Amino acid sequence: MSVRSHTLVVLVEDKPGVMNRIVSLFRQRGFNIDSIAVGHSETPGLSRITLVAQGDDRKIEQLVKQLYKILEVIKITDVTDENLVQRELALVKVTATDRNRSDIMRLVTDVYQARIVDATPDSLIIEVTGPPEKIDSLITMVRSYGIKELARSGVIAMARGTRAVAVVPQPVVA
Amino acid sequence: MAIETRDRPQVQEESQREPQLGAHLVMQALVREGVEVIFGYPGGAILPVYDALPYYPVHHILVRHEQSAAFAADGYARATGKVGVCMATSGPGATNLVTGIANAMMDSIPIVAITGQVPQTVIGMDAFQETDITGITLPITKYNMVIRSVDEIGPAIQKAFYLARSGRPGPVLIDIPKDVQLAKGFLAPRQELQLPGYRPTIVPHRRQIRRAAELIRQAKRPLVLAGHGIIISGATEELVRFAERTQIPVGLTLLGISGFPASHPLCLGMVGMHGHAHANRAIHEADLIIGIGMRFDDRVTGRPSEFAPNAKIIHIDIDPAEIGKVLKTEVPVVGDAREALRLLLEELEPLEHEDWLSMIRSWYRPIRTEPSGPNGVLQPQYVIARLHALTEGKAIVTTDVGQHQMWTAQLYKCDIPKQWLSSGGLGAMGYGVPSAMGAAVGRPEAEVWAVVGDGGVQMTLNEFATIVDEQLNVKVAIINNGYLGMVRQWQQLFHNRNYSETPISSPDYVLLGQAYRMAARRVTRPGEVDDAIAWARSFRGPALIEFVVNQEENVFPMIPSGGTFRDMIDDYRIEGEW
Repeated sequence: MSVRSHTLVVLVEDKPGVMNRIVSLFRQRGFNIDSIAVGHSETPGLSRITLVAQGDDRKIEQLVKQLYKILEVIKITDVTDENLVQRELALVKVTATDRNRSDIMRLVTDVYQARIVDATPDSLIIEVTGPPEKIDSLITMVRSYGIKELARSGVIAMARGTRAVAVVPQPVVA
Repeated sequence: MAIETRDRPQVQEESQREPQLGAHLVMQALVREGVEVIFGYPGGAILPVYDALPYYPVHHILVRHEQSAAFAADGYARATGKVGVCMATSGPGATNLVTGIANAMMDSIPIVAITGQVPQTVIGMDAFQETDITGITLPITKYNMVIRSVDEIGPAIQKAFYLARSGRPGPVLIDIPKDVQLAKGFLAPRQELQLPGYRPTIVPHRRQIRRAAELIRQAKRPLVLAGHGIIISGATEELVRFAERTQIPVGLTLLGISGFPASHPLCLGMVGMHGHAHANRAIHEADLIIGIGMRFDDRVTGRPSEFAPNAKIIHIDIDPAEIGKVLKTEVPVVGDAREALRLLLEELEPLEHEDWLSMIRSWYRPIRTEPSGPNGVLQPQYVIARLHALTEGKAIVTTDVGQHQMWTAQLYKCDIPKQWLSSGGLGAMGYGVPSAMGAAVGRPEAEVWAVVGDGGVQMTLNEFATIVDEQLNVKVAIINNGYLGMVRQWQQLFHNRNYSETPISSPDYVLLGQAYRMAARRVTRPGEVDDAIAWARSFRGPALIEFVVNQEENVFPMIPSGGTFRDMIDDYRIEGEW
């Protein structure tokens, strides 16, 4: 079985300590997280976590089963093989001088549809969104100018089409 | 103290007109969950609960170290099937529970641990005796929580007990800040719990049962590996019917012991690292392994890639994460062991495996139980064999961890579920005495033997005081070989006999027993063994016997860690026989 990158959409109850439980599970069981992004979902009280982790199918299956043992985890969907919209946001502060400023601006706006959101006499902040590979590519291109600061949001993902991973939590009688 | 309880008025949940202290609500919620016994130790941050305690019909056992409170709650739970409860204060009280909680997690034991916490106003301020116990116990509890307001007390305690005992059982910790114990409020009535992320599968999928039945029908050399899940789900009767109808032999994991009668002709006894040779050979030769309520632990499998090399695997477990974790599984069956066996029995007609069974029988070699070794010194195995004979196999037996544990697992043949209490997954030395204490409290009619080593007993012998206070019917058998014997055995076999830090001295156990006002004897010769055991059984209440045994005896058979069946070391070993 081959090791590849898996994208998991995890719906969890929005309660204190849940992220701690999830991150702690990764540490405890020796799974690596490439990227993690959290925010509200379409359902009040449920947060949506997009996790990217490396592993073969068996390891990922074990990861999913272990995640399900966390009480607050409601639903996990491995969307890796879906037709995905994947987006990440990055802010990149690069060194810019009078001589190269316009080159940088042309490069990032023409090729990457990125925006310049701040400028000083010797720096620029580039805002770029897109799949992680596009952001990687932009970073490679501007590295030679000198990256002073870099912030990435982590990837969020959604499968194309009408089908949704959402759940309406059902009250369970215990 | 118990008499005092009865004299005082009991606070009834129904009669609550006035708001009450959180501490009282904690006690009321515990009583409502059926709690009769708490093993605990008071301290500053849990004081309000202790202030309320005497007003309730709950027997509190004052342990001498919080670790023993958790072990005793565990022993109580294993011996009774009920949820065990332990309680401690914040900081060191809470951290002392940790080993016992980890033990309950590894062995799927339902316990609820209640800890006091510093007031919420100073949480995070490094207050006196503050410790982040929910953070510390995150990976070793099934669930844990901090009660942040007095209104949450009832629902939180209800949820804790439900989680501890349902599905795959485990420990749940409830941390209660002192201000919550001192706030006034009402006990919310028991209500339906909203747990959308927790739905254990009890009844297995019929299609998987049919697939399993088909493999069982086709198998020529099938074998059941039965684990703790049999005992937890109360599936012994179903397993006996299943084994008899299908004529499939049953091997037991360490924690599966007592789940299937050892005296049954289809019982192979314990498998794994120190399992019986014929049982391990049967695994090696099997064409189908049916794992039920067990998790293919490394002490069972050795090197997983070489485990049962010719067998397909059916794995029945209530925890889906256990299935496929270690071994590739042909038929996964998620569900309660008892339900799964019932459904399998509906699918299966009688089968015969006479050739296979007689083949396994031909491999049988009894574990040696000679009274004395070549040097004339008392053999530990003989002590266990005699204990089994004289108690007619009916005692509740707890062990510590090490050689004596393995000899007891091999030789104390258990026929009755819940009579075998041993620290399996965690392998926690010090478990034997406090778990016996818990078992004796939960089953006061029973005869409880704590079989312990001279290493482990010295970790928790402070509990002799508790046993004597409570006059528990606990008989402590110390198998004293002057070594941390199992570690010494590994040093002998794998570290060139470099006995680094394994010789260990002991106090005079007879004098020590007397110091604790406990009847005590020492046995050094084979001829004294029966007398001493009979003496200890001749009265109700605590007794201690020190058995001074052969110092360098080894536990055999043995499959070295990470090894395979072919690597088995046996004292019967004849070159090339296996």
